[in-house]
Amino acid sequence: MSLSADDKTASVAAGAAREARVTLRYSLVVLLLLTVFMLVVMVASSLLGSERLPVTATLCAIFTGGRGACELTSIESAIIFGVRLPRIALAATVGASLAAAGSGYQALLRNPLAEPYLLGISNGAAVGTMIALVFFGTGDTAEWSRPVMAFAGALCATFLVYRLARGRAGTSPERLILAGVIVTTFLSSVIVFVTTLMDATRIRSFTFWLLGDLSGSTAQMLTIAVVAALFGVIVLSMNARSLNLMMLGERDAFDLGVEVERVRLTVFLVASLLVGASVASSGSVGYVGLVVPHLVRLSVGSDNRLTIPAAALAGASFVIIADTVARTVIAPRELPVGAITALIGAPLFIYLLRRG
Amino acid sequence: MLEAKAITVRYGAREAVAGVTLSAELGLLTAIIGPNGAGKSTLMRALNGAKELSGGEILLDGKPLREFARRAVGRRIAVVAQESELRFPVTVMEFVLGGRYAWASTGAWGWETERDIEAAKRALFETELTDFAARLVSELSGGERQRVVLARALATEASILLLDEPTANLDLAHQAAMLSLVRERCDKRGASAVVVTHDVNLAAAFADRVLLIKGGRTLAAGAPREVLKPDTLRELFDIQVLVDEHPVTGAPRITPVLKHQERR
Repeated sequence: MSLSADDKTASVAAGAAREARVTLRYSLVVLLLLTVFMLVVMVASSLLGSERLPVTATLCAIFTGGRGACELTSIESAIIFGVRLPRIALAATVGASLAAAGSGYQALLRNPLAEPYLLGISNGAAVGTMIALVFFGTGDTAEWSRPVMAFAGALCATFLVYRLARGRAGTSPERLILAGVIVTTFLSSVIVFVTTLMDATRIRSFTFWLLGDLSGSTAQMLTIAVVAALFGVIVLSMNARSLNLMMLGERDAFDLGVEVERVRLTVFLVASLLVGASVASSGSVGYVGLVVPHLVRLSVGSDNRLTIPAAALAGASFVIIADTVARTVIAPRELPVGAITALIGAPLFIYLLRRG
Repeated sequence: MLEAKAITVRYGAREAVAGVTLSAELGLLTAIIGPNGAGKSTLMRALNGAKELSGGEILLDGKPLREFARRAVGRRIAVVAQESELRFPVTVMEFVLGGRYAWASTGAWGWETERDIEAAKRALFETELTDFAARLVSELSGGERQRVVLARALATEASILLLDEPTANLDLAHQAAMLSLVRERCDKRGASAVVVTHDVNLAAAFADRVLLIKGGRTLAAGAPREVLKPDTLRELFDIQVLVDEHPVTGAPRITPVLKHQERR
């Protein structure tokens, strides 16, 4: 899927290519293509960076897993295996998590504008992470306390925004966005408050992290995020057929045999887990959960059995590309990846809002 | 068979449905008629187990309804509710296939089987929507959407149909076509249907039994001929009506007599 594709051509192409329904065969083909695209993006991204690496030797090193004789210096090898590839893996994980979580929230809240960052859920996870940082400091327990607290924070924010948005007539898009604004601003002030408790030297790296920063993670954190992402995407996909019906209205879904309460609880928990794990490892990367599911639905339709895994794969590619731009455009200095995703996401959000 | 025995549903202190008894028997079409706010929709929600009862009980095939898993209820009872808002682009086919949810064998992830596709196609054919399969539901007219919702209910192949004002947005021809379809399910496949409608004449023409409710209570119940009488209808709607025999079908024909028309 081309992320720069113009809306109209994409939808015309989708209309022509799409049958009356999404089939298993079609889904597998789409997922395979997206996987190949993601792998290509990964390799291309590993070649780009502030340090110029010899292309052939780098490719040779990547495809032999560093064991072949590839004419790379030990420094170059360290850049690939110690810096770039782990960072690409983290970008993919965060992108997959946020895009899948976004699809989940959108189906559950019946709102194409629902997004972890805009609803304040990322901020909830950020508050959790910061509390863990302030109270548990660093060390082995701290490494675990951050994702756990981030998950708890995301869960609290999800619950809060859901309760605020739910009026007598259900959740209207406007009401949901307003609830998101309230939760976001409230949690932002909590973040400012916690920041003042830190010493001055950490504040700068903190502000950077808040906007989404893929550079500061550890191997253990990456492992936690990968496991959470795999688990989350699988569980969401397993609930996809129920979500297809809940997306059209919870009452209808109930009538058709969906155990609405159970599905809602599962999706809230799993989506919060995905957001929590990605925020704990790399801060709040905004708009991924909005941009990616939207483009996916535009190209392949709204069947969650396809859109959830497809959004995960496309989200992975999207964040890898955004992060590659973030670390190359003003090299050797870096931008936070969240700044790049927001630059793409905010205009799209305005477009979607205006279109109603 | 679905039986409601003296059921009561409360919203706070108010009784929306008070001691209503009703049974949806094999092959019978029951119409529920009543003024706005009489508790018709609440009664329908209760019949499907979506509303907590504060009195009475509902039996499905002789067993209390609440003992069934939702999925099992979804295979036996199909609902056509007053429509909800659509915010995602789904095709007519995808929408109608939603009716096959309760039949999925392996959890909810399962993809539709040939049998599911067949049931959906048949439902589309019956509701004259075959050509609409690939269209987006959000792009259809109100009446077409209502037929799509009926098609989804038919695709469930449930033997009990609960329809809440299924003809509200339909033109004259489609109103009759829709109720004929439901009637046919009752006559040929032994289904039973409960239909809420504001159209008294439609009820008189299609229903085997009529239940009149007002203020959550049963005012009268029985065959259309016995129940649809001037006095009862006057009590129900607070309006003068003329009841005569339909010249073609022989069913009771109800004509409201409005104040300004009385001496013309």
